Amino acid sequence: MKGSPYVTQHKEVVIVGSGPAGLTAAIYTARANLSPVVIEGEPSSTSDQPGGQLMLTTEIENFPGFIDGIMGPELMSNFRSQAERFGASYHTAKVTKIDLSNRPFQIWTSDSNSADPDYTAEAVIISTGARSLMLDLEEEVRLIGHGLSTCATCDGFFFRDLDIAVVGGGDSAMEEAIFLTKFAKSVTIIHRRKELRASKIMQDRAFANPKIHFQWNSVVTKLHGDTQLEGITLTDTTTNQESRLDIKGLFVAIGHVPNTDVFRGQITMDSNGYIVTHDGTHTNVDGVFACGDVQDHTYRQAITAAGSGCMAAIDVERWLEAKHHQAG
Amino acid sequence: MANIVELNDFNFENSIKDSELPLLVDFWAEWCGPCKMIAPILEEISTERKGQLKIAKLNVDTALMAARRYEVMSIPTLILFKDGQPVRRIVGAKSKSSLLRELDPDLS
Repeated sequence: MKGSPYVTQHKEVVIVGSGPAGLTAAIYTARANLSPVVIEGEPSSTSDQPGGQLMLTTEIENFPGFIDGIMGPELMSNFRSQAERFGASYHTAKVTKIDLSNRPFQIWTSDSNSADPDYTAEAVIISTGARSLMLDLEEEVRLIGHGLSTCATCDGFFFRDLDIAVVGGGDSAMEEAIFLTKFAKSVTIIHRRKELRASKIMQDRAFANPKIHFQWNSVVTKLHGDTQLEGITLTDTTTNQESRLDIKGLFVAIGHVPNTDVFRGQITMDSNGYIVTHDGTHTNVDGVFACGDVQDHTYRQAITAAGSGCMAAIDVERWLEAKHHQAG
Repeated sequence: MANIVELNDFNFENSIKDSELPLLVDFWAEWCGPCKMIAPILEEISTERKGQLKIAKLNVDTALMAARRYEVMSIPTLILFKDGQPVRRIVGAKSKSSLLRELDPDLS
């Protein structure tokens, strides 16, 4: 465990991000004696936190090897301990500035104005993942924690016997809605189209749940309530007609945005901010590799993230070997 | 853990009233991932701010009345009580430095 290093530390490999991708990269690079440091992020109640998106989930049923499933936070804690066993170290902070223009790369975690970076690194693995999109309404900030939630598993409990809603049409929205029926009186799924994006199995489960109702072709355009959420305004996407839904809780699962702000302008990204990789996990910057959801908006599974984390570790190992070979 | 007291529905009101130091109550539960993330940070703060602040934990699973009374709808929620009155509320897990930034102005 690291507090804040006040002198610059030089590392062969720095891993930025600590979800399944980053921690798998840590297990592999640590086992290859590269003593990686994982800059794991900071605690938060959004998915942008150490351990990543799985920290906000409950049971993971489809991660191979766990016949009866495993809790998301427990799985991540296992990943973390496993990497630590082989010599990975952790720094609980966010990267505030990074310079990828020259090698060794320079990485700041606390004071980005400081002349000296916290780390210099021969190779960097970026695995900062993605975070949930919010609605972008002005009442949002005021009502977070007062009916508007970013974490169904944390807050579902407080909505016992109340009417609540989930916004979104994908697997995460279905999963949250189904989970929330354990507590709530009713859960309305609000989706802007007429069909869901979610997988067949999740759709079937949601449709079969008597507590779940659907509000199709609708977007949330206003939140009501001063100190507690009391209701929302819905706008019909086909007729523009407004209606009000009285609910005490609102959970948002409308998609994700990659955590790449700190890398902007230094590395090639697509128009949505996802890092572009080629030949496995290589980026356009020699010595910088990317894995997990930060470079994948298609599969976005714990197992695919872990798989690409393993690929990044092997790519780094080969890249360092080739470089040392050239130098020697 | 030694510095942090456990509260329940029975001792909650008296504890916040009787506390001579500002009392920070951590509303948490076993099933809340972000709550677990901040638990070690709170232990560090309780040691580093000894004499200025007392920290207590309240498990919302077993003490729902107190959580309801203070309209806790999201955990972790931290409420700072001074002379029995809530003076500051922090919702959601945060880093140690941001927690201290919010708490320190209220501590002497």
